Amino acid sequence: MSKQINVALIGNPNTGKTSVFNALTGLNQKVGNYPGITVEKKEGICKLPRGVKAHIIDLPGTYSLNASSLDENVVIELLLNKNDKDFPDIAVVVSDVENLKRNLLLFTQIKDLEIPTLLVINMADRMRYKGISLDIDYLEKQLQTKIALVSTRKKEGIDTLKQLISNYKDLSITPCLNASEIDKDYFDSLRHAFPNQLLYKLWLVITQDVNFGKTDRNEIEAVANFKTKSKIDLKRLQQKETIKRYQFINHVLKVGQTIDISQAKDLRTKLDRILTHRVWGYLIFFLILLTIFQAIYDWSSVPMDFIDNTFALLSEWVKDKLPSGAFTNLLAEGIIPGLGGIVIFIPQIAFLFLFISVLEESGYMSRVVFLMDRIMRRFGLSGKSIVPLISGTACAIPAIMATRNIESWKERLITILVTPFTTCSARLPVYLIIIALVIPEGRILGLSYQALTLMLLYLIGFLTAIISAAILNKILKIKSKTFFVVEMPNYKLPLFKNVVLTVVEKTKAFIFGAGKIILAISIVLWFLASYGPGDNFNDAEAIVKKQYSNENLSQEDLQHHIAAHKLEHSFIGITGRTIEPLIRPLGYDWKIGIAIVSSFAAREVFVGTLATIYSVGNDDEATIKNRMAAEVNPILGGPLFTFASGISLLLFYAFAMQCMSTLAVVKRETNSWKWPVLQLTIMSGFAYFVALIAFQFLK
Amino acid sequence: METTLANLKRGERAIIRDVSSREIPLKLLEMGCLPGNFVELVQLAPFKDPMYLNINGSHVAIRKETAVHILIEKVDE
Repeated sequence: MSKQINVALIGNPNTGKTSVFNALTGLNQKVGNYPGITVEKKEGICKLPRGVKAHIIDLPGTYSLNASSLDENVVIELLLNKNDKDFPDIAVVVSDVENLKRNLLLFTQIKDLEIPTLLVINMADRMRYKGISLDIDYLEKQLQTKIALVSTRKKEGIDTLKQLISNYKDLSITPCLNASEIDKDYFDSLRHAFPNQLLYKLWLVITQDVNFGKTDRNEIEAVANFKTKSKIDLKRLQQKETIKRYQFINHVLKVGQTIDISQAKDLRTKLDRILTHRVWGYLIFFLILLTIFQAIYDWSSVPMDFIDNTFALLSEWVKDKLPSGAFTNLLAEGIIPGLGGIVIFIPQIAFLFLFISVLEESGYMSRVVFLMDRIMRRFGLSGKSIVPLISGTACAIPAIMATRNIESWKERLITILVTPFTTCSARLPVYLIIIALVIPEGRILGLSYQALTLMLLYLIGFLTAIISAAILNKILKIKSKTFFVVEMPNYKLPLFKNVVLTVVEKTKAFIFGAGKIILAISIVLWFLASYGPGDNFNDAEAIVKKQYSNENLSQEDLQHHIAAHKLEHSFIGITGRTIEPLIRPLGYDWKIGIAIVSSFAAREVFVGTLATIYSVGNDDEATIKNRMAAEVNPILGGPLFTFASGISLLLFYAFAMQCMSTLAVVKRETNSWKWPVLQLTIMSGFAYFVALIAFQFLK
Repeated sequence: METTLANLKRGERAIIRDVSSREIPLKLLEMGCLPGNFVELVQLAPFKDPMYLNINGSHVAIRKETAVHILIEKVDE
């Protein structure tokens, strides 16, 4: 049996590491999370020459082995834990030809861990254009490694890279630097205390604030407690180490690299002059945002309608073709509409991730961060918060995960807490159906009232996020050093393959993440609505027939009354009526109550629940909207969905924290129950309050 | 003339003289913000903050509050 070798891909952000990963693994990759944390874990399989298989892990981008974020912790944790099943047989450091100097810093650190290390110089096709020439033989000798010149864009050098990986045993493991040089006395005492350990590894354990797995725990604790220096002294030594490494690198590059500056034609300067301009920059950003929204709501309506119709037809077909019975009903009324409710979001989510990944890949997103930082800071946010706030319009879950690169804990926490206010795509079906019900069709200055209402709701979401950020900024007494260092990468034309893989992967994550919950809820709801306790439910037919025995009802009307009676006395009906007193002041009846309760798990369940409630036992083809319009308010009479109750519902859904998955992610990202619980209480309390006021004033 | 990085004007170049390691994140040092290296101000955001710099070949944006802790000497050209 041929052994599978572990390969760790490591590199600075923006070096095209993911492109190298995609080139090596293609479609043989999967994405997951590291156990217990939400950091993304990407791995894939690559076939090497001579039948060897490589298991490749794409580690999060990092500038050095001095971790300052959860993402970066993952890198050191893996490299220091020999017992990890993913511990690399070979580390492949990916660098970019234009930033070789800085990239080599990370390279020398990994080399010093005595792991076989290979250097990939990516974007080699740009060398001539940038006037750079490299003496590869000299560099290989000085850095004691093998170098693969690669261009993922031109698909060059990948075979050589595979060849080099398969020959990993030939790589030297001699360190580049002697760590003890930075403070001889200190390192001597360290060596004395832990004679069997690699010195540089000890040094990393001491200086990093990392939770090193389960293995080696005792020993690592002992090392971590080896404190003879204050934090600031350690930092000074780290600085000294950095200087030492740069001295070595500069020395190597002096001979190994020549740059003819006159050759460099700078596209970056020209683009930056416009894109980061104080007027044009904002205007362009605004136009890009407009295009994204246009795509999400306009362009995706065609595939969404198609999906909607397909599922409706499928449900009817199942009812027609399968023998009638409980299972068929479950399939046609529970599972298929439930699945449809998830699949319908695919176009929107895919469009959003398409745009975000293009903006990230091209290097533009960093410019937005630069432009927005000062403005966002007024509200206690960081320029980097703009990415989560934009992503939040698709789904808060990836948005909250995107806060990880915000360095300051306070800014990051505030971003996490306010992001769920931005209007995610799960609110859209709720908004659309209620707007269609209660907002008249008409136009003002050529704009439809309905479209304006929708726009207003988005604005409300964004403004609430910003304002609550400002409030949190005042209340939260968290001291955290705010530092802000953003690399401004070179502009690049996004690689089609990378963009497609990102879109597919993120959409899949959403569908399977949210999908499971939504599907489970639709099934449970169907059961609760189809069964009930006691005679009132079981003898519904007899009771209703008796009740209407004097009236001459058509068969159809009779069936309808029976169905309604059954629903009212089903498990779900009982639950709904129990909470009715609580929601009556907001203008809702028990049916809406059921929908609100069930959609605490995920907002989009609201429409599905109403669909289930209204379609149980009812065969006519009226759409949910018509059924809702026909609903009568049990107390006041007249239509249930009026302008007042409609606005109240819209506002409730704008503010309430109704997404279990988001709460789960917040718990994981903040590592405490305190924040998600606070978020749930405050947001939902506020939603109730606003909806109450709205209804009472408008009714 | 010795001053801090916060006072650099657009298009100007300088040599880094000293950095206060207490105030400056290690990450910035690793990106090349070390004594002896060149720094150039590429672009300023509105309100002159953050600053978009080219430090020793690394293009980074930092806030003014960080820039005041980096001592520089302007280079006349």
